[in-house]
Amino acid sequence: MYHFLFVPITIGLGFLVAGFETAWLRTGHERWLRLTKFYGKLFLINFAIGVVTGIVQEFQFGMNWSAYSRFVGNIFGAPLAIEALLAFFLESTFLGLWIFGWDRLPPKVHNACMWITATGTLLSAYFILTANAWMQHPVGYVYNPKTHQDELASFREVLFNPAQLAGFPHVIAGCFLTAGALVAGVALWQLMRPSITEQHALAFRHALKAGAITAVAAAVVVTFTGDLQGKLFTQHYQPMKMAAAEALYHTAAPAPFSLLTIGSLNGSKPIFEITLPRLLSFLADGNWSGQVQGIDNLQQQYSAQYGPGSYVPVIPVTYWSFRIMIGAGLLAALIALVALWAVRKGRKPTSKWLLAGAIVLPFLPLLGNTGGWIMTEMGRQPWIVYGQMKTAAGVSANSAGEVLTSLIVFTLLYGVLAVIEVGLMLKTIKAGLGSEQEPGAGAAGEAAPFELVY
Amino acid sequence: MHLSDLWFIAIAVLWAGYFVLEGFDFGVGILLPVLGRDNTERRIMINTIGPVWDGNEVWLLTAGGATFAAFPAWYASMFSAFYLPLLIILFALIIRGVAFEYRGKRDSARWRAGWDTAIFLGSLLPAILWGVAFGNVLRGIPLNAEHNFTGNFFTFLNPYALLGGLTTFALFTMHGALFLALKTTGDLRGRANRAATEVAVVAIVAGAGFLAWTGFSHRAGTTTGEGIASVVLAALAAAALITAAVANRATREGVAFTANAVAIAAATASLFTALYPNVLPSTTSAAYSLTTANAASAAKTLMVMTVVACIFLPFVLAYQAWSYWVFRRRVTARPQPAAVPVPGPPAGPVTPPPSPAPEPAPKVP
Repeated sequence: MYHFLFVPITIGLGFLVAGFETAWLRTGHERWLRLTKFYGKLFLINFAIGVVTGIVQEFQFGMNWSAYSRFVGNIFGAPLAIEALLAFFLESTFLGLWIFGWDRLPPKVHNACMWITATGTLLSAYFILTANAWMQHPVGYVYNPKTHQDELASFREVLFNPAQLAGFPHVIAGCFLTAGALVAGVALWQLMRPSITEQHALAFRHALKAGAITAVAAAVVVTFTGDLQGKLFTQHYQPMKMAAAEALYHTAAPAPFSLLTIGSLNGSKPIFEITLPRLLSFLADGNWSGQVQGIDNLQQQYSAQYGPGSYVPVIPVTYWSFRIMIGAGLLAALIALVALWAVRKGRKPTSKWLLAGAIVLPFLPLLGNTGGWIMTEMGRQPWIVYGQMKTAAGVSANSAGEVLTSLIVFTLLYGVLAVIEVGLMLKTIKAGLGSEQEPGAGAAGEAAPFELVY
Repeated sequence: MHLSDLWFIAIAVLWAGYFVLEGFDFGVGILLPVLGRDNTERRIMINTIGPVWDGNEVWLLTAGGATFAAFPAWYASMFSAFYLPLLIILFALIIRGVAFEYRGKRDSARWRAGWDTAIFLGSLLPAILWGVAFGNVLRGIPLNAEHNFTGNFFTFLNPYALLGGLTTFALFTMHGALFLALKTTGDLRGRANRAATEVAVVAIVAGAGFLAWTGFSHRAGTTTGEGIASVVLAALAAAALITAAVANRATREGVAFTANAVAIAAATASLFTALYPNVLPSTTSAAYSLTTANAASAAKTLMVMTVVACIFLPFVLAYQAWSYWVFRRRVTARPQPAAVPVPGPPAGPVTPPPSPAPEPAPKVP
């Protein structure tokens, strides 16, 4: 989850930085080069954390989830190995070339390195989400009772899992929303600084437009793919997830969509609730009076199917994370739209509200991503592999002490790193595009006189 | 040959590639406080590995991923058994990776000193722990009938495995010193050369001892083809290591670095052939050992993985080699655009004779 705070920024921002560099090559305007370097710096600060926390992901399945790894390694391991081979090598090698290659590579080749890096992040996302989609909706496998393992039946089915085909565009659009919001938020804040020079204002005006348009367009895609995914899961794969996200206890047709609830979500009458009649039916079924299954009914059905036990996720978590996801995403898109409106036809944004908007804008999609992640993972509980293996059965036999140690180590380490990262990001953002006197011309920009980058 | 054997070889190759490549960037990290006298020198050192260290680390991720996919039972038992050592390694790799990126982002001596420590420890700990871990894999660890580890952290601290740790530490440090001698100029280059000579003594003694101990006591098959290959590879590693030390004395930097790369690859191959057909022996009972046969994935998975690897691995090797080619020049702090003739480096106490130009780019195995 911590990893997933950084990754969406990396994925979206890589493409935007590559786009800025291409714009510089096409137009020859120095402002695009400055934007490339400025946002490139933010990209690198963020990429570093994404990479190192990614190593942990590759190892932790074996460390903490060894029973799970034995059970599904036949299927789950392949996307991970392929991710490393296809994507990680691509990202790391070409990013190294990009960082250090300003004066060693022809400009077009240099720009291509960033495009390749960004494509690498996208590939990486595809494979890791394939693995995740398989946990959400297992396909293309046969259970071998002799080895007590799931074995691969069709790699094509795993790779083109319908749950993946619906989920991947949703996540990727979310990444572009995140990066667009970051670019736009930072640019807007810079634009509203009283000390900004004419030239920098022009540059950030371009950045704001690029970022905000990306964010708004991505938000539209997020909405549609999210809707598609919701229908798919509610109707076919995991009806419990939607029921839990809605805290809908009894099967209803038509079902209302709950906007906000104050009070307990345990099925008793809430103190205060706003609902939109029939909307949930539409979201789940595409039909204003469609039936949506409730938690209690599903629990009964699953007990009969999988044996006794609770099949209900933690309701308040799924309920609120679902709302945070939607609310934060929509709000971010709205702010981006307002920002676009405020700078139309060369206008200078001045409103205090807009300044506040610029500051919260980059954080909103992060909140939305986290909400979405929590909702989809917690909504799957108690399963680690849906319908196959419960989470509790997947863990390693390691002592509680060891696991606790690792939990403490990583929590502390990640906490410290987050503080450092945010500090560096803010410092870089404040520093802006650099002073006008610097020799910015030439392919090497301000790094020209020295070979040392780090 | 079974596909599972092929994947055993593939994983051995990935580890060999990882040790050859990340070996030198660990070495540079370990030598950072030893050889780098001021900030400029330390920056030069970091910049020699700057463009490539991340790509080098991916060899480890690929080895891990390949183990997961091809031998799920091996991956599960090994990674959960080596829980605390891996935790330390992960911690080290995290602070090290962030340190490279963040060190230069703030102009403060304290900030830099902190990250320098992170780079040093982040390089030192894995350099030792990988050797200790490999020693324990070869020696075997207590596994029960479910292939779950029944020992604790102190199980790993036996003389054989600790000698393994000393071996990888010395080998990687030497590798880093040879790399620095190859990639820097002037005084720093001379000091790197002398450091390589000093650490070579430790590397040769510890390495020979570790490989001999492996050959005598921890070889799965003593009369099988693999068992014999293991001894031959160990001898090759020793010969290459001595060649590297001699070439370094003669300041033949390209030869020295290449020979040491061969030594590391041959030593890794020797360990894997000694391990075969086991992948993780159990000291509790030989019946509980994990082997290439009982730990492997079903044929379908192995087939898919083989096809994917055959298609994409050549590309990976090609562009990584290209990246080394792009950054083949020595790293200096001096202005590069040679509109004005660049003054030569000040003559240090040791001025190594100019090596034959152009320097060959380090080969990717």
